[in-house]
Amino acid sequence: MQQIINFVLRYKNFILYLFLMILSLGFTIQSHSYHQSSFFNSSSWVAGNIYQTSYGITSYFKLGQENEKLVEENKQLRLALFNKIEKDSIELDSVQLRYTVNSGEVIKNNYAYPRNYITINKGENDSIKPDMGVITSKGILGIVENTSNNFATVQSILNEKSNINAKLKNTNHFGSLVWNTRTFNTVQLVDIPRLVPLVIGDTIVTGGMSSIFPENIPIGTIKKFDLNDSKSFWNIEIALFNDMTNIKNVYIVNNVNKKEILDLQIETEKND
Amino acid sequence: MISNYYFINVIRFSLLILVQVLVFNRLNFFGFINPMVYILFLYWYPIKQNRAAFIALSFLLGLCIDFFSDTMAINAAATVTIAYLRPAIMRFVFGVNYEFQSFKLGNATRVQQFTFLALLIVVHHFVFFTLEIFSFANFLLILKKVFAISLATLILCLLFGSLFSVKKE
Repeated sequence: MQQIINFVLRYKNFILYLFLMILSLGFTIQSHSYHQSSFFNSSSWVAGNIYQTSYGITSYFKLGQENEKLVEENKQLRLALFNKIEKDSIELDSVQLRYTVNSGEVIKNNYAYPRNYITINKGENDSIKPDMGVITSKGILGIVENTSNNFATVQSILNEKSNINAKLKNTNHFGSLVWNTRTFNTVQLVDIPRLVPLVIGDTIVTGGMSSIFPENIPIGTIKKFDLNDSKSFWNIEIALFNDMTNIKNVYIVNNVNKKEILDLQIETEKND
Repeated sequence: MISNYYFINVIRFSLLILVQVLVFNRLNFFGFINPMVYILFLYWYPIKQNRAAFIALSFLLGLCIDFFSDTMAINAAATVTIAYLRPAIMRFVFGVNYEFQSFKLGNATRVQQFTFLALLIVVHHFVFFTLEIFSFANFLLILKKVFAISLATLILCLLFGSLFSVKKE
């Protein structure tokens, strides 16, 4: 017994180190295999408020640029509104809405890591919940992963865990949007079959298979494509419409029917 | 005197976290270089102190950085590693001198201080990027990142070090 105590006392630093190391590796590996850890994320009260304060100071520097972006978007929306074909007298009330939209601002943005997360200043108090889609006026940005009362973290499309349904705008062939962690202005579209004709410059938009994003949200244009190792599918490099390094105003999109869709899918799989 | 010591370290701890999170994590030089200047805390921390407390404190520092940058617990793992290895690195750099009661970091030569800092940074970054990328298929990428970011961190730490130099007592 004496010897055991002596041993522990002698190597107490090493044991402490080992304990802390295993603890941190545990946290790391747990979130490698599953979602971002719900504890270690910047949507917490302390981190969120510090980022919010810093955002309050720095946000003034880019107001001009941001205004131009919003005016551009308003212009497009006006164009769509003025050229809208008048339907019969069916008014959109909240019962018939398929998507609800919330606005938010990015208070922290990363793009230098293999797993990038963005923090926005809207949270549960603004009815933001995990698995809502986040877009900007130019294209998609990511999916909400964790929320606190006033903040939420968003898994950016620049995240190696990200996997989003996307399609070619003109032919409707769909594949998966992933990121190879290399450069912050390109993402990859995989699983498009070889027989699909591709042209550099074609537009890629979100597909209709996702219960998160509405269909036809812009993503980017084809920059380069070649066949994958098995020679049967294309590997497509996509230049993003969004400048991922400069994002301020975002919209959080919620599919009202999501629960119904997911429940139905789960039930179908159970019956198989 | 002692409370003063604690006070300085607490201030240093929180200021380094804020500077790291609000300034250096947003640098994105060349798109991927974010120097990690918070390692200076381990460089400046008094030598003749309780080692277990030092390791625990370093773990806390890393965890706080992780908390802000959504990097799981990678910073904590890397920081606790260099905290544990610090005495070994010091013995390697300063030789037997470091065992003496009168040894102070400020009294060591420039080259020794530089080597000490560089070794801390390289070991930290190696652990950090190995865990971050987490695949040996990308070993070259790990080395590239370790090299580039270590260099940036080293330069910034040296600048900070000369700006807020530890007083020779």
